[in-house]
Amino acid sequence: MSIWEYANPVRFMRLSDRVLPWLAALSAIVMLVALVWGFFFTPDDYRQGSTVKIIFIHVPAAMIAINAWVMMLVASLIWLVRRHHVSALAAKAAAPVGAVMTMIALVTGAVWGEPMWGTWWAWDPRLTSFLILFLFYLGYIALWAAIDNPDTAADLTSVLAIVGSVFAVLSRYAALIWNQGLHQGASLSMDRAEHVADVFYYPLVTAIVGFILLFVTLVVLRTRTEIRARRLRALLARESRE
Amino acid sequence: MMALLGRDLALALRSGGGFGLSLAFFLIVVVFVPFGVGPDTEVLARIAPGVLWIAALLSCLLSLDRIFQLDWEDGSLDALVMAPLPLEGVVAMKALAHWLTTGLPLTVIAPLLGVLLDLPGPAAPWVFLSLLVGTPALSLLGAFGAALTVGIRRGGLLLSLLVMPLYIPTLIFGALTASRAGEGLDFLTPFALLGGVTLLAAALIPFAAAAALRINLR
Repeated sequence: MSIWEYANPVRFMRLSDRVLPWLAALSAIVMLVALVWGFFFTPDDYRQGSTVKIIFIHVPAAMIAINAWVMMLVASLIWLVRRHHVSALAAKAAAPVGAVMTMIALVTGAVWGEPMWGTWWAWDPRLTSFLILFLFYLGYIALWAAIDNPDTAADLTSVLAIVGSVFAVLSRYAALIWNQGLHQGASLSMDRAEHVADVFYYPLVTAIVGFILLFVTLVVLRTRTEIRARRLRALLARESRE
Repeated sequence: MMALLGRDLALALRSGGGFGLSLAFFLIVVVFVPFGVGPDTEVLARIAPGVLWIAALLSCLLSLDRIFQLDWEDGSLDALVMAPLPLEGVVAMKALAHWLTTGLPLTVIAPLLGVLLDLPGPAAPWVFLSLLVGTPALSLLGAFGAALTVGIRRGGLLLSLLVMPLYIPTLIFGALTASRAGEGLDFLTPFALLGGVTLLAAALIPFAAAAALRINLR
């Protein structure tokens, strides 16, 4: 038994068919618990008032936005090295989810920033990096859409994901040098004592778990759709040949 | 390889279009800026280094699809892949030819056009030097984007969408070098980083672009 067994699309479909309903239900429950807890059972912040509660959407969405790209990079590398189609399709499936998460992070940040910083948008390094990340997602999705041959598309988008990762990281540090930021430091960290107060911390962690479950659910669901679309194409091609 | 470089240069110079076109575009963009922001020389002087950089970057984008598209259409790209040359070297030469016909002329006339924008005196040499160091990266990254989109009909817009985010570090460091030099601040740090980005692109991109070409010609 190894994880590579599920690189077989049939096995993947069978497993995901069984797991998906549970995954979906679990992510719905965890999200519901985290958001209700966060929105209705935490106190208002001393200075920020109730706007602080955007954190329960903003921070998890931002984490998913970055990690979705990392997941796409890993899946692309697996495709390039081991040629597992499920891996390539999972990368394709994750891209729109990641792009939407980036958008959510940007929009919730703007909604929070208007009363707090007095502006919807500032050219702060973090905000700028997220906008750049969004551009990278758009390019990646557009390249997938533009190429007809699925294997060529998978190969080229994988190369783009690798080169894009290098330049996305470069842009992040370039933006840091370019402008001083308004954005506060990390809300969560493993090694520092300084992070959000406990009343916010536990619902936030729950929300992050919920978002991760949601992300996995969506990616599995979309990968299944891609596999089905691929099968449909093969069937149609066979039919037109006969 | 030198023969390839010579051929590409001759093609770019004689076929018309490419060479003069990006220079004319550069001129037009720079002329348009005062119409857009008003003729106030103080404002223009402040934004001049950034405007010159953005205009150079856009003019560079214009001619990118020519790097591989024509060779792809008439089949000579297949011959180049079959030739006993490393494909990485072919890509590097193609990027160099693009730079010699686009980046270098843009670099040379940028300080002259700076006069139109009231570019501050101390910034002028650094606009020139930062473009000189930075534009090779633009050509290289553009060659990568062109290699990705070579098989796509009317891929020009997609090419821009793919290449623009890759240009961000070069643009940031390049424009920062020029504008800091104009304000008399420390500009050597961004200048060194700009050189670093170009060297990184020179080391990395030929391989990535060659891989993309091999996939497209499979």
